Amino acid sequence: MIRITKHVLYDILRNRFVILYALFLMVITLSLFSLDSDPGKAVLSLMNIILMVVPLVSIIFTTIYFFNSYEFIELLLSQPIDRKVIFFSEYIAASFTLSVAYLLGVGVPIFMLSPDWGSLYLVFAGLLLTWVFVSLAFAASVSTRDKARGIGIALLFWFYFGLIYDGFMLYIIYSFSDYPMEKVTLALVSFNPVDLARIVILLKLDISALMGYTGAFYKSFFGTSLGTVFSASMLVLWIVLPLIYSLRKFLSKDI
Amino acid sequence: MIEIRDVCKRFGNLEVLRMISASFTDGNSYAIVGPNGSGKTTLIKSILGMVLPDKGSIEVSGQVIKGQWAYREQIGYMPQIGRYPDNMRIGHVLDMIRDLRHTRSETDEELVADLGLKALFDKRMHTLSGGTRQKVSAAIAFLFDPKIMILDEPTAGLDPLAAEVLKAKILKEKSRGKIFLITSHMMSDLDELTSEIVYLQEGAVRYAASIPAIKVEAGREKLGQAIAEMMRRDFKRPSP
Repeated sequence: MIRITKHVLYDILRNRFVILYALFLMVITLSLFSLDSDPGKAVLSLMNIILMVVPLVSIIFTTIYFFNSYEFIELLLSQPIDRKVIFFSEYIAASFTLSVAYLLGVGVPIFMLSPDWGSLYLVFAGLLLTWVFVSLAFAASVSTRDKARGIGIALLFWFYFGLIYDGFMLYIIYSFSDYPMEKVTLALVSFNPVDLARIVILLKLDISALMGYTGAFYKSFFGTSLGTVFSASMLVLWIVLPLIYSLRKFLSKDI
Repeated sequence: MIEIRDVCKRFGNLEVLRMISASFTDGNSYAIVGPNGSGKTTLIKSILGMVLPDKGSIEVSGQVIKGQWAYREQIGYMPQIGRYPDNMRIGHVLDMIRDLRHTRSETDEELVADLGLKALFDKRMHTLSGGTRQKVSAAIAFLFDPKIMILDEPTAGLDPLAAEVLKAKILKEKSRGKIFLITSHMMSDLDELTSEIVYLQEGAVRYAASIPAIKVEAGREKLGQAIAEMMRRDFKRPSP
């Protein structure tokens, strides 16, 4: 397993895009901190950018990588290697590369400029989000053979979780505003990894005014620590479930 | 020994393999022939576990291969179109395969040397011509001295010199008792290399016999002519 992951990693790292991604994140982080004298506010603006950029780059990069490594998978499959091992090597290599880029781009500068709990949670939530969207990218990639369609599905995931879902949730809350909606929204948030990550960060930043309706309710329902544990474990589910789905598909796929 | 029983495979609406049964025994070499799209490559990929049959079973050396992978130790595979990671160099691809197999036994580097690949070790895979890729595929297939060799159109795209080197290697390994499954449209090559023929049509075995037998039956000297003659007769055996 480690041997194969090593070779897959070697293949991924030839792609210079990851370096660009790390640099891009680093430029954003550094410029936000230099623009704002209050590090708390800078972390908040950084969060808003990360919640959009990290899912987008993770899902698109992984999907393109998966389709480009079809030849590699084909080669590995003709050798005495378990399909499961090939699958997990691909997953580990993709999420490892993106995580390292993220840690270099956001983690390192933020710990130098503003080493506090809020920053730690921002980095932590971003990492979880990276793995969630790598999982979703695998789910998109194994469900079709066509590269363009695969990337289309991946983009759709991003649009859905980044933009459409929030609008949909707002519509529901607004339409049923005469009823007690607290628990319903709590459940609805769990269906969106981006919102979960936002809550993990906001609970720690302790800016109730910016937490919005769900965030404030989250806090009063769970309290800070239980809320964090709950949303983090929901995010882990978001990593595991698409991964199980794509593993099953991959095991029964004709290459 | 490879035993294929009642294997069916469909891709969407297309039935590629229809209840195909065949057995390939040790020490023999088989020519798998048939029109384009008759299921040759799908059959080969099913044996390798890359394509998963809908029905039926495949056994390699007495072991049912479904869900297994270790049996591929025994197989050397040369694909029809060798596709490799674009950015890797030839030397690195070979090193990687050696490392992945992790075998302690000596590897068979004869083809790497004879096909002149050593001089090309620093070339990246995406810069290679189709023929050079085929050379890499051939070298990889023979590298671990496997018992079963599956070659999908081995000589297509090779220059005459390389094709002769490869054919000599096949004959040499054949005399050491390996099973060969070779698909090709080059009947003269198959005539030299193989002893048995399996004719596929629309995903089923239409005809299977030894090559001397088919020549006698068709009354022709050359394999290509004999097969053409048998196709004309629609593979009906003459009434006794």
